[in-house]
Amino acid sequence: MDWAFLPTALNLARFQFAFTITFHFLFPAFTIGLASFLMVLEGLWLATGRTVFLDIFKYWLKVFAIAFAMGVVSGVVMSYQIGTNWSVFADRTGNVLGPVMGYEVLTAFFLEAGFLGIMLFGLERVGKGLHFGATCLVAIGTLISAFWILSANSWMQTPGGHSIAPDGRFMPEDWWAIIFNASFPYRLLHTVTGAYLTTAFIVGGVGAFHLLRDNTNARTRTMFSMAMWMAAIVAPLQILIGDAHGLNTMQHQPQKVAAMEGHWERQRGAPLILLGMPDMDAERTRVLLEIPRLSALILTHEWDGETPGLTDVPRDQRPTNVPLVFWAFRVMVGLGTLMAVVGVVSLWLRWRGRLYDTRLFHRAALAMGPAGLVAVTAGWITTEAGRQPYTVYGLLRTADSVSPLQAPAVGASLLAFILVYFVVFGAGVLFLFKLFAQPPHMAEEGPRDDEPIRTAGITPGAHMHHQEGADTRPGIRRH
Amino acid sequence: MEPYLPLIWAFLIATAVFLYVCMDGFDLGLGILFPWFTHKDERDVMVNSVAPMWDGNETWLVLGGAGLFAVFPLAYATIFPALYMPLIMMLLALIFRGVSFEMRFKAVTAGGQLWWDRAFSYGSYVAAFCQGIALGALVQGIRVENRAYAGGWWDWLTPFSLLTGLALLVGYGLLGACWLIWRTEGGIASKSRRVARVLGIAMLGFIAAVSLIMPFLQPTFYMRWFSFPGILAASPVPLLVVFLAWRFFLALPATEKLEAEAPHDPTGRSFRWRDGAPFLYVLGWFFLSYTGLGISLWPNIVPPSVSIWDASASPSSQMFLLVGAAVLIPVILCYTAYTYWLFRGKVRIGEGYH
Repeated sequence: MDWAFLPTALNLARFQFAFTITFHFLFPAFTIGLASFLMVLEGLWLATGRTVFLDIFKYWLKVFAIAFAMGVVSGVVMSYQIGTNWSVFADRTGNVLGPVMGYEVLTAFFLEAGFLGIMLFGLERVGKGLHFGATCLVAIGTLISAFWILSANSWMQTPGGHSIAPDGRFMPEDWWAIIFNASFPYRLLHTVTGAYLTTAFIVGGVGAFHLLRDNTNARTRTMFSMAMWMAAIVAPLQILIGDAHGLNTMQHQPQKVAAMEGHWERQRGAPLILLGMPDMDAERTRVLLEIPRLSALILTHEWDGETPGLTDVPRDQRPTNVPLVFWAFRVMVGLGTLMAVVGVVSLWLRWRGRLYDTRLFHRAALAMGPAGLVAVTAGWITTEAGRQPYTVYGLLRTADSVSPLQAPAVGASLLAFILVYFVVFGAGVLFLFKLFAQPPHMAEEGPRDDEPIRTAGITPGAHMHHQEGADTRPGIRRH
Repeated sequence: MEPYLPLIWAFLIATAVFLYVCMDGFDLGLGILFPWFTHKDERDVMVNSVAPMWDGNETWLVLGGAGLFAVFPLAYATIFPALYMPLIMMLLALIFRGVSFEMRFKAVTAGGQLWWDRAFSYGSYVAAFCQGIALGALVQGIRVENRAYAGGWWDWLTPFSLLTGLALLVGYGLLGACWLIWRTEGGIASKSRRVARVLGIAMLGFIAAVSLIMPFLQPTFYMRWFSFPGILAASPVPLLVVFLAWRFFLALPATEKLEAEAPHDPTGRSFRWRDGAPFLYVLGWFFLSYTGLGISLWPNIVPPSVSIWDASASPSSQMFLLVGAAVLIPVILCYTAYTYWLFRGKVRIGEGYH
């Protein structure tokens, strides 16, 4: 099999799945946190009556509408792609994974979709209380969705609660053991926390951008402050959760951890390789920078603990791209550490009363805006590339999972996906940046009923965002 | 209970797919009608009339896919690779369409708006056409050997699948027009009535064509329709189609009269069932065609060789999801109905939802 020069249907299908799911997850990684943030904002508005919270709510609601729509349509692709490109996998695992994903649709997708309409367009029709209920249901829906899909993914990493039929199909034996499989609680916590951090840093980055221009806007200050509280509390917590997740991975997928660490030999008192380059042919890692014994300490919590090596198993059972796992892991950990640093610095500045006028810190927060998205993506690359060469770890090989498709069919669809995703989602993301460039404005009290509120259709809350003291004709066209 | 599980699930999946066809059918139909409604205000009203619901409508498609994976994994694993090209094209088209829902309102320039309108309309065309093709290709049969699809990647492309593609395009367009008759007034509604009349006639033609070709596609279909006792079940279907056609073409002018006589409604939220009559009659056509299809295919889920029993997941899997479905599907139907009720009434120019 030659990756670079002669792509097989298998490799094209792998690349296609990697591409579509990476693109897809950018949106839920953001909207899971954003839905909860909107819920908190609306709750605070109802509880305190302070319009500043409503202004921030409406500002981010517009962003949510677009990001959520992109997440939905790119997500529909995922539920079909398992069947189109990975039909053998679908046939083998359908008995186990099918119902788990079925529950995701029934408990989460319908809930989100059903109440999203009310959340976006229903404030005038249902009143504040019910509207807040809809916002809460959408936020809860995103978390329920995360619950089921991460359960399914975790089962592929650490399968349990099943038997294997003579024809190779996985059969359910114990649903509790399937859903709450060995890595699920850790992965769920780690991913949802990662999603919250992703949102916190995007909100923080946008807040910082506007603070740099005008640090008197109460709405900007409030959103920046809320984002920094999240960073300060959740980023350090995430390091602890990540550590626990890593220990769990070492227990169940030692090869993945060995690839993450760049360790080829099983050893005691292993060093932590900070920088280096794993060489798969030579079966060693060329080390640039390492700290003695630290890897053993982190992974076993002992100076002299034993850690696994890639050469513990034959070549055909090791991850197929060790450098990718190794580097993706470093990107995730590096950014995670930086996020915690931002959080701690924000606490210190807050204590000194300098949170809103330290421009250097605002620049740093702006630069860290995409940090969560990048870290979450790198984390998923680590765990998914580290699961290779299996789709169901240790039991079903990726090469044995693929559909009986011809390479040109997969190649053509891959090209079409790449083209469409970059054009459509590119335009969508560009528009999100345009929204981010708008400072959050002061609200106008309620919609007017003497004339059409706006000329350009549904822009939830757009009419609330006219410039103070400027033209009172609302409308998005001036934005 | 166990022996009935595949039956129950076949019914539930068929229902989910039918609900999808009803709900996303009319909202794809709006995109199909865009070439007849070129003014920006008209298009805004059309999109506004489904903006709060489209996401929920599309979720039935996801339920169809995920449900098949869960309870008939063999069907999922053979139909999807067989229909690879039309399904991928449908997904790509739905991406264009879904994103333009939000983006077309937010486009800053007229040019940008035009492009998003095109994305919405072309996306609707391609999605509807591909769904029709997929349906036709499925009915014609999918070669399955050793639990896997055994055909080529162009097998789906046949004159019959192109015919069903066009038929669904017309059908969705008709649903869209009837939705507009129900949910709009004035110029948009009267134009929709004209379009609906033309598409209604075309739809009857397609129903007739597909019905005439179907029995000759596979011997089992022929046996089912033209032998005793199948003929007993079959004969009322064309009669019912004709009856609904009669009611439909009467209901169209009736809605016009209704609108002329209606009292002034400042909020646009008064609700008249009779405006929805054409829509319901068209749904009746869809229901009859769909039932006829089901009778032909029964008991196969992947014709001509895989029955619902062959394709079934283990009883444990089917039971596990059924418990949830029994509770959740009624709840979902309730809050979906609530959303539709909440956003009822006539959508007017220059007025969105707030």
